[in-house]
Amino acid sequence: MAYVSLILGRVGKAVIVLLAILVFNFFLIHAAPGDPAAVMAGEAGATDQQFLDDLRERFGLDQPLPVQLWRYMSGVLQLDFGYSYRQQMPVLDLILDRLPATLLLTGAAFCISLLFGIIAGTLAAMRAKRPSGSIIMGLALLFYATPLYWVAMMAVLVFSVTLDWLPAYGYSTVGADYTGLAHVGDVAVHLMLPALTLGLFFMAVYTRMTRTSMLSVSQQDFVKTARAKGLAPGVIQRRHILRNALLPIITLAGLQAGQMVGGAVLTETVFAWPGIGRLMYEALMQRDYNLLLGIFFFCALLVILFNMLTDVIYRLADPRIKQGAT
Amino acid sequence: MNFFKRFAQNRGALVGLVILGLVVLLALLAPFLYPDSPWRMVQRPFLAPGEVSGFWLGTDVMGRDVAAGLAHGAWVSLLIGLISTVVALAIGVPLGALAGYFGGKIDDALMRFTEFFQTIPNFALAIVLVAIMEPSTFSIVLAIAIVSWPPVARLVRGEFLSIKHREYVEAARLVGQTHRDIIIKQILPNTLSPVIVLASLMVATAILLESSLSFLGLGDPDTMSWGYMIGAARTVMRQAWWLSVIPGVAILLTVLALNLVGEGLDDALNPQLARAR
Repeated sequence: MAYVSLILGRVGKAVIVLLAILVFNFFLIHAAPGDPAAVMAGEAGATDQQFLDDLRERFGLDQPLPVQLWRYMSGVLQLDFGYSYRQQMPVLDLILDRLPATLLLTGAAFCISLLFGIIAGTLAAMRAKRPSGSIIMGLALLFYATPLYWVAMMAVLVFSVTLDWLPAYGYSTVGADYTGLAHVGDVAVHLMLPALTLGLFFMAVYTRMTRTSMLSVSQQDFVKTARAKGLAPGVIQRRHILRNALLPIITLAGLQAGQMVGGAVLTETVFAWPGIGRLMYEALMQRDYNLLLGIFFFCALLVILFNMLTDVIYRLADPRIKQGAT
Repeated sequence: MNFFKRFAQNRGALVGLVILGLVVLLALLAPFLYPDSPWRMVQRPFLAPGEVSGFWLGTDVMGRDVAAGLAHGAWVSLLIGLISTVVALAIGVPLGALAGYFGGKIDDALMRFTEFFQTIPNFALAIVLVAIMEPSTFSIVLAIAIVSWPPVARLVRGEFLSIKHREYVEAARLVGQTHRDIIIKQILPNTLSPVIVLASLMVATAILLESSLSFLGLGDPDTMSWGYMIGAARTVMRQAWWLSVIPGVAILLTVLALNLVGEGLDDALNPQLARAR
């Protein structure tokens, strides 16, 4: 019963945030310089007066602002995100078409960065006073300071242009038409560079978090007790310190993972990965604001879903957490 | 030990300070070293570094001097990083102070507001804001500030919560100081050290954000920036590697230096913490 009301509470909060984003989007369209109809049509439609009048009619732009807001919100609640006049397709179809590729990319990057981040952070904490620990933290700082898109370009330069090991762009080999396992392998090879470069920055973040968390846990009393009992250092590291240090990492990882969706815009642009990040870039280039705001809404939706997911995982990982304890 | 000694004990921070000093110098000297506009075509395009004397970093797709772009870009990066951080502080510090000091319903409302901005993916929000407001230095600064103030508000709120019941604050209240005076004169000065550390890291993040926006073609069309240089070099990566490598290294070094300086400031301003580590 407690779980049900907990989940309901979370969903309620998420719905409020999403509604607030819709209101925000609505006012952004109106804040854009020029006629909202022209904004929604993108600059392509701006020449055709008849077309703009149709738009005004359809969106009720001659109505007072609250009425317009109501129309906009109820449209979205009926899954009508409007029409991209540049791409000649409904915004929702465009986004849903590209969503799986982004989920694959961010999911892979998240797993890679979390796994290697925790391993590197653990090693750095165990060797906190030795040079090898400093080297790990130095590398983490380096990746933390490197622009995401630039790492991606350098990876292409080294692994695709110079070494010719991995494909530089795309989702699969054009015209190859692989099926079954061959297709999976083909996509995996294409996924390698984008996922690694997107994950690198977050790996640095998780490495630093893991190290800090482990060092602070290792000062607690129960660790001293374990040492006093004469347990092997390796066992203490794994069973006592790491397990407890992981809990805050899960929460922070969930928050950070949301930022990954934003980072995907850069990675997908460099690698021509056909996800919503690339779609956002296209929308930017074509000044297709309707599509841009639709993607923005979906990015926020993904972040909220991700946060809820980590929240659930956190509660499963630590049964001590009770409802309302946050 | 005083502040400078503690700062100097951190070797990384000193290295960071030197690098940062060089970048600042480059930015300040840009108008004297390269008085011409960095957009002017001055030589054949695609000159490799050192191929023609006087163009030690080569020329780009349009025959513009890469070194001139680098120098003028340093100015833009530092300026936008600094101003947007100041604006973010101007939003975050008052909100955090009010939430922490008054607590209760005000705290609830302000923290909901902050949480809302933390939930929205930063970079996507910055893109949308700049795109809708049209790219300009003003819109870029505003967008970066809007996505980066929430951590400031949370930090200041936390500091206020821990300080507001200290004896000297109670004493100030007892002698009848106004809320405004207590907030500004008693509590705020004592929250400065963590805010300074956070601010130095925020400048680094702001520079990364600005370069990412310019990379996507959302930079101010009138100013030469490092992100723009990399973005323009993307399509010619195979022919001219240096066009993307050089400005990238510049961003990397600047952001790295700011992070190192931030860590040094943290050690110097919070000595108890530094020893515990």
